[in-house]
Amino acid sequence: MSPVQPGVSTPDEAPETRSLAVRALASPVLRNKSALVALGVLGFFVFLAIAGPLLIDGDPKAKVGDVFEPPSREFPLGTDGGGASMVAMLIAGARVSLLIGFCAAAISALIGGTVGILSGFFGGKTDTALMRITDYFLVIPDVPLMIVIAALFGRSTWNIIVIIGIIYWTFTARLLRAQTKSVRERVYVQRARALGATNSRLVVRHVLPQVTPLLIANTVLLIAYAIFAETFITFLGLGDPSTISWGRLIQNAFIDDAIINNAWWAIIPPGLCVMFVVLACTIIGQSIEDALNPRLRTGHLSVRRFRVLPRAAQPEQPGS
Amino acid sequence: MRGADYVVKRVLFAIGTVFVAVTLNFVLFRAVSGDAVSALRCRQCTKEFKDFQRRELGLDKSKWEQYKIYLGDLAQGDMGRSLRTEEPVTSILWEPLSNTVPMVALGTFFAMLFGITTGVIAAWRRGTAADKGSLWGGLAFYSMPPQWLGLVIVLFIAGWLGLPTSGVKSPTLGILDDPSAIEVIVDRLEHMILPALTLGLVVFGEYTLIVRSAMLETLGEDYVLTSRAKGLSNWATVWKHGFRNAMLPVITLVALSLGFIIGGAITVEYVFSYPGIGLLIVEAIDQRDYTVLQAAFLLLTLSVIFFNLLADLLYFKLDPRVTE
Repeated sequence: MSPVQPGVSTPDEAPETRSLAVRALASPVLRNKSALVALGVLGFFVFLAIAGPLLIDGDPKAKVGDVFEPPSREFPLGTDGGGASMVAMLIAGARVSLLIGFCAAAISALIGGTVGILSGFFGGKTDTALMRITDYFLVIPDVPLMIVIAALFGRSTWNIIVIIGIIYWTFTARLLRAQTKSVRERVYVQRARALGATNSRLVVRHVLPQVTPLLIANTVLLIAYAIFAETFITFLGLGDPSTISWGRLIQNAFIDDAIINNAWWAIIPPGLCVMFVVLACTIIGQSIEDALNPRLRTGHLSVRRFRVLPRAAQPEQPGS
Repeated sequence: MRGADYVVKRVLFAIGTVFVAVTLNFVLFRAVSGDAVSALRCRQCTKEFKDFQRRELGLDKSKWEQYKIYLGDLAQGDMGRSLRTEEPVTSILWEPLSNTVPMVALGTFFAMLFGITTGVIAAWRRGTAADKGSLWGGLAFYSMPPQWLGLVIVLFIAGWLGLPTSGVKSPTLGILDDPSAIEVIVDRLEHMILPALTLGLVVFGEYTLIVRSAMLETLGEDYVLTSRAKGLSNWATVWKHGFRNAMLPVITLVALSLGFIIGGAITVEYVFSYPGIGLLIVEAIDQRDYTVLQAAFLLLTLSVIFFNLLADLLYFKLDPRVTE
C-alpha cells in the first residue's frame, strides 16, 4: 500500500490530499501491533501531562514525608531527597518533559521542513548552499553543542526548547529534501507548472500535502530526541531551577545522593519514563515512515546522524 | 566520480567543517551578554585582574579584529589561558584528554562487542525470539539516558562486581609500596570499566541493527550461495563470506557513533567522577570558565570531524565502489 501515489487528476488539483494524509498516518500505526502499544504508552503520558494539575493536589515539590521514604501505601513510589512524593514529581515532570519534547520538535520540523522543501523544490544553487550548511551541522556533535549553548545563554525552559529545536533540524532537512525532489517530478506537479501555477502555489498545494505525512513521522521521532536531550542539559545543572522535568528528577537523585541512601525508587522511575516515551515515539515515527516509503528506511537508530549509509547498511525495523 | 576526486572532496569537506566549527565557536562565545570575563565566578579576582584578562583576550578591539586574532592564535595551537587559574588551556586539556581517550575507546569496544554479537545472532536466527530479543534489547538501551544508566549500574551492579565507581585511580595505590606497571594498568582499567560499560550499553543497539541488516544482505549474495554450493560448512560461510563483508558498515558506524558517545561521556564522566574532558566541561560550566569550555568543545568537535574523515577514507580504501 502506497499512500502517496502520483495520482492522475486534473492539472491543478492534487489527489484528495487531506484524507490521504490522514489515512497515510493512521493505517501503519493501526496495522502494526507494536506501534499500537506505543501509541497507548505515549497517550498515557500525554494524559498525565495534561491532567497533571488535577491528579496532584498542591505543589508537587512540597515536603509531605521523610527524606527518601521507601514506597508505601501513602507514597506508592516513596519520597525523594526533599521529602516530596515521587509520584507527584513524576507527573509534574511529564508536563515539562513533554512540553519541551513537543515544542522543540515543532521548531526542528519547521526549520528542517522549510530548508528541506526549499532545497528540494528549487534545486540548483539554493540546494547546494542549503545542503552544504546542513552537512556541516550534521557532523558537528550535537550534544556538546547544545550543552555549550545552554551554558552560555541561560537557564529557562524556553531557552532549552529553542536550543534543542535549532540543533535537531538537520536530519529533517535531508529527509524532506529527498521527498520533495521526488514529488516535484511527478506528473501532476509538472502539469500544474505547465499551466502556469506559481512556485508558491506549487509548494503549498502540491508539494506540502505530499510531504506532510513524512514530516509528521519525523517530528514524532524528534520528540524522542528532544526529551532525551533535555535530560542531558538538565543533568549538568543547566535547566530551569524552578521547574520539574524527568531530567531534573534524575539530576536530583544524583545530587541528593539517592545511591548512598539506596533509594532505588528515586532513581529508577524518571529514567524509565524517559525510556518508555522515547521508545514509543521511536516506534510510532518509524512505523509511519516505513509505511510511507520503504526505500527511505534509514533506521530509527541512525536518525541522530543521518547519513546515506552504504547499501548494505539499511537497517530494518524490529517487531515488523 | 574518480577515486582521487572522492578523497579530495572528503578532505575539503572536513576542512570546511573545521572552519564552520571554529567560527561557530568564536561567534557563540562572543555573543554572550556581557563578556566572558564579567561572567566569571571568581571571588578573589580583583578588578585589575579582570581588566588584564579583557586586554589579554582582546575584548577591547573590534569583533573582526578579535576573530583574526582568534584564528591566528588557534593556528599556533594557542587556545588562551584559563580565566580562573591563568594556566594555558592546552596544558589543562592534556590530562583529562589522556583519561577520556582510553575510556571512550573501551566504550566503543564494548559497543562493538555487544552489537556485533547480537547483530550476527539476530541475522543468523532471523525471525526467532533471539532476533527479536536482540533488536528490542538494543533499542531499549538506546532509549535510556546515559547518566541514568550510569546511576543504575552504580546502584545495582558496581557493588556486585566489586568495581570502583569514582575517580581514575585508587587513592591508596602507591602509598605503602611502589606499584608495578601492571598493577597501575589494572587499577586504571578497573576505574574505566563501569563508565565505558555504560557508554557501550547505550550505543550498542545501533551496531546490532547495522550488523544484522548487513549480514542479512551479504548472506543473500550470490557468492554466499556459491560457497554453500561448494560445500563449505555453515561456519565458514558465515565467517568468511558473510561476516567479513558485513563488517564494512561498522567502520563508518564507529565514526558516526563517536559524536553520540562523546556527548554521553560528558554526563557519564560526571556520574562516575571520572576526571576526563566531560568532567572538565562540567567544572568549566560551573565556574563559568569560558576559555576552558570553548577549548574543550572545540577539541571534541575537531576529533569527531577527524574520525568522520578517517572513516570515509578507510571505507574508500576497503571498498572503492563507494564514490557516490
